[in-house]
Amino acid sequence: MLFRRVIVAAVVAVALMLLAAFAWTWQPAIAPIATPVRPSVDEQTFRLGAELAAIGNCIDCHVSDSGKPYAGGRPIPTPFGKIFASNITPDAETGIGNWSEEAFHRAMHEGVDREGRQLYPAFPYDHFTKATGDDVHSLYAFLINQPPVHNAIPPNQLAFPFNFRPIVAGWKVLFLRETPLLNDGSKSAAWNRGRYLVEGLGHCGSCHTPRNILGAEKRDKAYAGGDADGWETPPLNSNSVAAHKWTADQLTEYLSTGWHRLHGAAAGPMADVTYNLAQAPTQDVRAMAEYIASLSTQSAASSIPPAPRDGNPVAGASPEIVAIYEGACANCHNDRNDVGPSKAISLSLSSSVRESGSANAVRVILQGIEPQSGSPGAYMPAFKTMLSDEDVGSLVQYVRERYTNQPQWTDIRQEISKAREGGS
Amino acid sequence: MTTALHVNGELHGIDTDPSTPLLYVLRNELGLHGPKFGCGLGQCGACMVHVDGRATYSCIVPIAAVGARKITTLEGLLEEGKPNKLQQAFIDEQAAQCGYCISGMVMRAQALLLVNPHPTDDQIRKHMRPNLCRCGTHAAIMRAIKRAAV
Repeated sequence: MLFRRVIVAAVVAVALMLLAAFAWTWQPAIAPIATPVRPSVDEQTFRLGAELAAIGNCIDCHVSDSGKPYAGGRPIPTPFGKIFASNITPDAETGIGNWSEEAFHRAMHEGVDREGRQLYPAFPYDHFTKATGDDVHSLYAFLINQPPVHNAIPPNQLAFPFNFRPIVAGWKVLFLRETPLLNDGSKSAAWNRGRYLVEGLGHCGSCHTPRNILGAEKRDKAYAGGDADGWETPPLNSNSVAAHKWTADQLTEYLSTGWHRLHGAAAGPMADVTYNLAQAPTQDVRAMAEYIASLSTQSAASSIPPAPRDGNPVAGASPEIVAIYEGACANCHNDRNDVGPSKAISLSLSSSVRESGSANAVRVILQGIEPQSGSPGAYMPAFKTMLSDEDVGSLVQYVRERYTNQPQWTDIRQEISKAREGGS
Repeated sequence: MTTALHVNGELHGIDTDPSTPLLYVLRNELGLHGPKFGCGLGQCGACMVHVDGRATYSCIVPIAAVGARKITTLEGLLEEGKPNKLQQAFIDEQAAQCGYCISGMVMRAQALLLVNPHPTDDQIRKHMRPNLCRCGTHAAIMRAIKRAAV
């Protein structure tokens, strides 16, 4: 009898807990608004919203296969499966056309959609929650006045139990901090503005901070480097591997043009970030640069000493690989001070060559660097059809040995096959 | 040092520095003047050839990297000494002004038609985007590719 009572009590307890969890995670739907009624908006608010959308990099995920801005559908790979970015154009049926500003604000600050469903933190509301009400208002005014695009988003492909949305409420208890950032009086106004943008809408930590097994950023390792679409995102803290320590001036130029002569070109997902930041106000980019530069102030110089400009002698390199390097790479990547029309820098300066893994060096060779259509910028051809995997592997190893004093990479083979699977 | 190269169905022994770009060997050693020198940086596409059927900038591929793969130049597309369907379409549409980019345009378009014989306009535009033409012959080039793709 006692045994049975214990069982019953346990079942009741579990049921109550589930019920409590449900009641606690439940969020009401917010009434739809009639479309196509658009809240009227003044030009200044609209423009501010556009600038904030550029800083928030919204368009990089919320874009359709055919490149329609904000129409969504891009698959975001996560360790738990694939999440498809939502349509944030004001289409009533497939977008946010019937979302009130209240519903939009709740999504940005609490990660809940208009109908009351939990949103996955692939949408970085852990950062967006820091955005002020005024900024969310401008962003809403901007998005709700975009041309509506009818684009139904496919369902997410997540493994059990991650496909059960209410569990996100538990994630939020552990990892979502809705408290706003307080002004740090000991720092400049620009630094505070930069921190607000970097920690908030800019969500730099989403890629540049490593994540724990539940997919949340590790707070004690902020800006220690992470990954994005298979690319290694370099550390922004004192672990930076850059050959020259990043200054606020250098970061300002790099973030708004995608290139700096002592650091080279933004590639992979960062190329898109810099393209968006080019549309943001210079003083905001400058503020972000000041904050980011302050993250690595502890280190007086780079954590890794640079190799000589024209590289170390490489004993034992096969003549074939030296020939391929000279014929395919050295024409642009010369070790002089001129960068030429492709804006290629000496590889002794390249962070990709100095990083702990070969992911970026491999990807940039296979995929190249292409400026956005119609804008000037650094260019590197994609070598995926020109070089065999074996040649790419030997080349990467040769460059590592010649241009750094770092140990050889051991992950080259895996990185090449991962990059090839990803479409290179 | 001798490097073996398969070009347009023939095997050649090339006795030159293995870091030499493929383009220079094709033009200067083998007398194949279809591929042109444009930028020398892999940006414009005038030097385009096929390596195992895939469109490739020959100005930035050193011959050491070619290996046993098969090279095809504009000359290699001829069928019994006559222009092939795509080349004839370029002639029929008079799809050239100065003509300097056209060898590269034909080679890139042929690479598309090899894997997709009936591309849509969007697919053609996307595929041809890296190749530059400064005369503005794009509309005629589109017509020529579509004529060959029917």
